[in-house]
Amino acid sequence: MEVIHTDVLVIGGGLAGLRAALAARKRGQKVLILSLVPPKRSHSAAAQGGMQASLGNTAKGAGDNEDVHFEDTVRGSDWGADQEVARMFVHTAPKAVRELAAWGVPWNRVEAGPHEVIIDSQRVTLDEPQAAHGLIAARDFGGTKKWRTCYVSDGTGHAMLYAVSDQTVAENIPVHERMEAVSLIHDGVRCYGAIVRNLANGKLLAYVARATCIATGGFGRIYRATTNAVINEGIGAAIALETGVVPLANMEAVQFHPTAIFPAGILVTEGCRGDGGLLRDVDGHRFMPDYEPEKKELASRDVVSRRMEAHIRSGKGASNRFGEHLWLDITLLGEAHINGKLREVKEICQHFLGIDPARHWIPVRPAQHYSMGGIRTDAHGAAYGLRGLFACGEAACWDLHGFNRLGGNSVAETVVAGMIVGEAIADFCATPEGDMHVSTALVRDCWEHESARFADLAASRGTESASALLQRMQTIMSENVGIVRNGEALGAAVEELKTLLLRSWQIGLRSSSPGANPELTTAWRVQKMLKLALCVAHGALQRTESRGAHFRDDYPRRDDAQWLKRTLAYWRDPEQRVPTLEYEALDVRRMELPPGWRGYGARDAIEHPETARRQTEIEQIRARLADADRNAVQQALMPFRHLLPPHLRGPNARLEETA
Amino acid sequence: MISILHRKTGTLPPRRLCIQVLRHNPADPASVPHLQPYEIEEAEGMTLFIALNEIRAAQDPSVQFDFVCRAGICGSCAMLIDGRPGLACRTLTRDLGTTITLAPLPFFELIGDLSVNTGKWMRGTAERLQTWIHDATPVAIDTLETPMDPDLAEAIYELDRCIECGCCIAGCGTAQMREDFVGAIGLNKIARFRLDPRDQRSDDDFYELIGDDDGVFGCMSLLGCHDVCPKQLPLQTQIAYLRRKMAVIGFSS
Repeated sequence: MEVIHTDVLVIGGGLAGLRAALAARKRGQKVLILSLVPPKRSHSAAAQGGMQASLGNTAKGAGDNEDVHFEDTVRGSDWGADQEVARMFVHTAPKAVRELAAWGVPWNRVEAGPHEVIIDSQRVTLDEPQAAHGLIAARDFGGTKKWRTCYVSDGTGHAMLYAVSDQTVAENIPVHERMEAVSLIHDGVRCYGAIVRNLANGKLLAYVARATCIATGGFGRIYRATTNAVINEGIGAAIALETGVVPLANMEAVQFHPTAIFPAGILVTEGCRGDGGLLRDVDGHRFMPDYEPEKKELASRDVVSRRMEAHIRSGKGASNRFGEHLWLDITLLGEAHINGKLREVKEICQHFLGIDPARHWIPVRPAQHYSMGGIRTDAHGAAYGLRGLFACGEAACWDLHGFNRLGGNSVAETVVAGMIVGEAIADFCATPEGDMHVSTALVRDCWEHESARFADLAASRGTESASALLQRMQTIMSENVGIVRNGEALGAAVEELKTLLLRSWQIGLRSSSPGANPELTTAWRVQKMLKLALCVAHGALQRTESRGAHFRDDYPRRDDAQWLKRTLAYWRDPEQRVPTLEYEALDVRRMELPPGWRGYGARDAIEHPETARRQTEIEQIRARLADADRNAVQQALMPFRHLLPPHLRGPNARLEETA
Repeated sequence: MISILHRKTGTLPPRRLCIQVLRHNPADPASVPHLQPYEIEEAEGMTLFIALNEIRAAQDPSVQFDFVCRAGICGSCAMLIDGRPGLACRTLTRDLGTTITLAPLPFFELIGDLSVNTGKWMRGTAERLQTWIHDATPVAIDTLETPMDPDLAEAIYELDRCIECGCCIAGCGTAQMREDFVGAIGLNKIARFRLDPRDQRSDDDFYELIGDDDGVFGCMSLLGCHDVCPKQLPLQTQIAYLRRKMAVIGFSS
């Protein structure tokens, strides 16, 4: 048994993991990163449209600040977000975007003077101030009051990932590529690292670490139609779940992106609509204003996806031989704009559809896109249930996004959470708690346990096929646990997923090639993915309300009285077939922004009994501090700065606030 | 509206494709490199990503290959497609003949079948060429960012679009002869950081990194790199420009 020791083990080489690793490394910790693929191939690279940060440099960003970004984020979350975390995030996002600028990200910049844009299908001239020339520009995105999404054409994630990855090379942080963490080493109280499988040769190793951070991204591949990369199978979250003591939170909160090309499911950015693109139906009619007169195509993703599906069900879908879809029309943006600011979209349309989006409409239909749920952590990224275990990015439920994430907030979360959680990891390592008394017998037991599992599976000649089970699971999830849900379909999904889980214990392999046998890898993963699917489906079945991306047509109203709480899913007994669900209430009395109408979507939420009282309290505080500056008012409503590391607490400079 | 969806009518039977994969498993001492044919029925809009996954799911679960984004942006799936380096995920079978030959990218360490270790080589190149912004000033995160001309930002992005797929190396004549050649990918990265005013390195510094036969003077201007780059980076002009700048440093020192 080969054992590798380090201070900090980061599982996942995407933006969140890399940034957390950098933060810990800069504090003097010995850091090691594990990654399924070379880090620059992570799914972070697929983030196209941009990263939200309230710099307020542009004409349409004027007046933006942390307060506006905070309110947009909480409304977007349908009040599911942790508001303290949302505050930490919006405060740190401008710092993150500026740090990335210094590290070489070629953010698009403001060009002073008049320029033409498309807003609500009208040609409008905007005049950018001279003082802003050369500062970081921003585009419009869904669910935001200001143009706040900083971007690098439509390759934002790529540019960010390369800059941050190169920083980890500069800091000499080793990355062990093609490595998959297959279980956590723990004693039920503290985490000591992970058992890891080398995907190039199939060997198992033990990585022993004082602190372990899971940053493995989302689990979109439990769905059939998804924009996610093929590596987004949620294994990091699954191994945390399998400890039996770490809960996964809000797994039923799954985002569907309105514009995945149909049928391939490849993403075309929200920037298409942010820049003025329109959604059209079979008749060429622009239908979104009929449903959402305020925000139209730029309501939040959950709302737009639901409206699109409803419009298709009303008989207005276009169709091709693969099924029904709608059209995304960006022809009105013109060739020059598309070639400059939407070039990845153009390439995708050329290669996968054979069309030029400057001349033809793009066939789109919503597809699974993002996992709001994940490993439940506190505001510092420490996982519930195991000391020494942290999580950040999409793998975590830090709970910035609640039940619906705003476009541009995920790639921002990766770097912001990486900055904050990486510091917390370094803090942890610097305390006596960060010292470790690990038993070699425990490490060996964990290694032997996993070795036996792989050996048994490799030798199994059971009758079930891993790829058939995987495909059936994906179909159930897309058909029964999708955009529109109800008790009957969810109940049927849970029952069949339970059966699939049992069947997955009878998987037999057809091949036995030495080294990294891809069939063995799939067989092993599908057992874990089924547990995640059950967390999603069972959580959705139990949540008898509609909130954000979780929409049930049998319970169409948001029910703050009963459901202003976070689902925690545990898998305490390896033999259990559905997760044990517990709930964690959100405290209205401490909210800076109590529940209300989002500004789009449904208006008929069932009110929480504390909401009115908290609202009155807030109005009194605001009245008392009428002459104070916005930071003092905010501080009185819900203090958050103490939660940030000291170097991230300072105010963010803005043109109009410094002028 | 969409031409591809009407290109083929339902009256034509789908093609039978023969996909030949160059198989070899270095982990298996008994493995001998050989071409293994797989027959599949072509489907509408089928890419090599779809075809290879269908082969793995239905015919041979042991075939090794790498896909990540399957959207042409991550660079994982470069391979030789009928002898030419390209991204398999965005290659449509309808653009190829009925017999399609797939081989792993040459030059890189073979992991198995179509899977090669580009990551190791790319990390080594990043360390060797120090592909990050060199600036000793502490990063100021609370103040307004340093302005940059909008056109310059776009010009940097143009070179920043490299996805490190390795196609340029596979298509490079020099790389066949010099295993330490930095290739178009390395030269493009130097061009990118040289253009970036945030990087404080001078041409003298860059000359130390690429001013020899393993660097810009090793390029024979065959420009296979330029022809096969899936992102259509302006490699030809960048390499020529860099060579001129580095030659000036070479003569003056």
